[in-house]
Amino acid sequence: MGKTFKRPEALSEMDSHYCPGCTHGVAHRLVAEVIDELGIRGRTVGIAPVGCAVLAYNYFTFDFQEAAHGRAPAMATGIKRVRPDLVVFTYQGDGDLASIGMGEIIHAANRGEKFTTVFINNAVYGMTGGQMAPTTMPGQRTTTSPFGRDVKDVGMPIKVAELLSALQTPAYITRQSVIKPKYIVKAKKAIKTAFEYQLEGRCFSFVELVSTCPTNWGFTPVEAVKWAEETLLSYYTLGEIKTPEQAEGGSDAK
Amino acid sequence: MGKILMKGNEAIGEAAIRAGCLNYFAYPITPQSEVAEYLSHRMPEVGGLFLQGESEVAVGYMIFGAAGCGERVFTTSSSPGVSLMSEAISYIAAAQCPAVFVNIMRGGPGLGGILPSQADYFQATKGGGHGDYRMLVMAPASVQEAAEMVMMAFPLAEKYRNPVMILGDGLIGQMMEPVEFPEHLKSEPTNKDEWATNGMDTRKSSRRNLVKSLFLDPVKLNENNLILKEKYERMKREEIRYEAYNIDSDYNILIVSYGTMSRVCKTAIDNLKEEGIEVGMIRPQTLFPFPENAVYEAASKKNCAMALSIEMSMGQMVEDVERCVHGKCPVKWYGKCGGEVPTPEEIMDVVRSNLS
Repeated sequence: MGKTFKRPEALSEMDSHYCPGCTHGVAHRLVAEVIDELGIRGRTVGIAPVGCAVLAYNYFTFDFQEAAHGRAPAMATGIKRVRPDLVVFTYQGDGDLASIGMGEIIHAANRGEKFTTVFINNAVYGMTGGQMAPTTMPGQRTTTSPFGRDVKDVGMPIKVAELLSALQTPAYITRQSVIKPKYIVKAKKAIKTAFEYQLEGRCFSFVELVSTCPTNWGFTPVEAVKWAEETLLSYYTLGEIKTPEQAEGGSDAK
Repeated sequence: MGKILMKGNEAIGEAAIRAGCLNYFAYPITPQSEVAEYLSHRMPEVGGLFLQGESEVAVGYMIFGAAGCGERVFTTSSSPGVSLMSEAISYIAAAQCPAVFVNIMRGGPGLGGILPSQADYFQATKGGGHGDYRMLVMAPASVQEAAEMVMMAFPLAEKYRNPVMILGDGLIGQMMEPVEFPEHLKSEPTNKDEWATNGMDTRKSSRRNLVKSLFLDPVKLNENNLILKEKYERMKREEIRYEAYNIDSDYNILIVSYGTMSRVCKTAIDNLKEEGIEVGMIRPQTLFPFPENAVYEAASKKNCAMALSIEMSMGQMVEDVERCVHGKCPVKWYGKCGGEVPTPEEIMDVVRSNLS
């Protein structure tokens, strides 16, 4: 009968360094499967962030660049503008994209740069040991919010997908999750749609993936999924937030 | 084609195109915004790319991305903007990508002023960004020289897989002078397939390329640094450029000066000659690598009693002059900052007072 489930060609054989219960592995795999299915491995360039996924390039088998913290959307702009035939994506965490890199992602989205961003939202800074992120929930304890995030002091967590969808330039903006199989199936479809928009040369595409970080949340992997479902998914709602058709239709309707 | 009267900033933009660079990302900042304004209509004319980024930080990384996938690319900025690009420059050097940066210096530090200065010498030649890296730095003294140095910068950046900087000042950027773009300086990009992320299909290869600067293993990081260091040693052997002025005369004072400051000094030297006072000058055209031997030899001449570093700064190049002169004679600095340009008469006074 042969193998029915195997490692995607776009994913390398290397064992990853991610923690048990981390969903980076799932996200990486979904991206790799989509790249295989679309047959674009030979012309894809990924851009790795600074964060737990700083070594993401070790887990993929195509061209990769490594960005400075937050700067991946600017690097993606550089690549896609000079080589529009390449398929370009950034893969970024909360600190990278929603903190230091907020300027870069907003402007790339606003210019309608034709690359894809995969945004891993796990409400905490992973690599550096669990500090507060712009996406940390109210009351959530982290190493730099030991008494719980105080929204009167540092504001509410940022909903990046909604923030970006407020821009007038058409884009594909979606929020999905990789914490359980029922969400993973939809996440893969969204990632594929995002890359398909890029192949059409249509618009900027953005997939936010609500993820777990058991290590820095102080949970077991099973507890982490439960907390993510209860607390994160009730705030970071899943679904297609914006499509280019909507945006284009909307301006006609005026 | 013949000479055209052009503003320095525009000549710099045109020079990149004539050198075969068709990609420009930039952010406006005085006194070099005219480069972007010129290229915003000129690049489309030649089928090139112009993009105004949202900040110099972003532009630095657009340059990195584009350079990393093997395309010729450049940007221009001025002092505070170059500070913002300095992190990206460190990354680009570490990842060994070719890229060209032009700094049209203005007064600093901080927001400073918009008039010319030479106060980014340290930033350009000693690092600017973090870590052990250097840029090949060229300093034009005229619009023509700026155009030629921009054209030379691209093949040099590719030869060394390193950022190259043209260090001009507000005068170079703003003044209009006749310029022509020598055909012989146009060059073809070198093959990047060995390292660039230009797509496996493009390279017809099953091996992927990785552009990165992270080496968590200390042995590997040290190796990367040794690779970079060897490049800089090679630059010192092969890329030193300078001009010697009135160096065959029997001078008592040696001036070391670069860029537009050196033109003021030349006038002063010519005027002093008529008074019977001989002054020699070494004008570095590369600030890194610095013409160390040339300065040392010139300062060692029999009657040379002093080396004078004249800069539009509070004294930055003077430290390199001191180092190269190696105690052969006293080394002093004269300069002004803030956008004030010393006049030939001031330089002449400085020379006369140092002779007495």
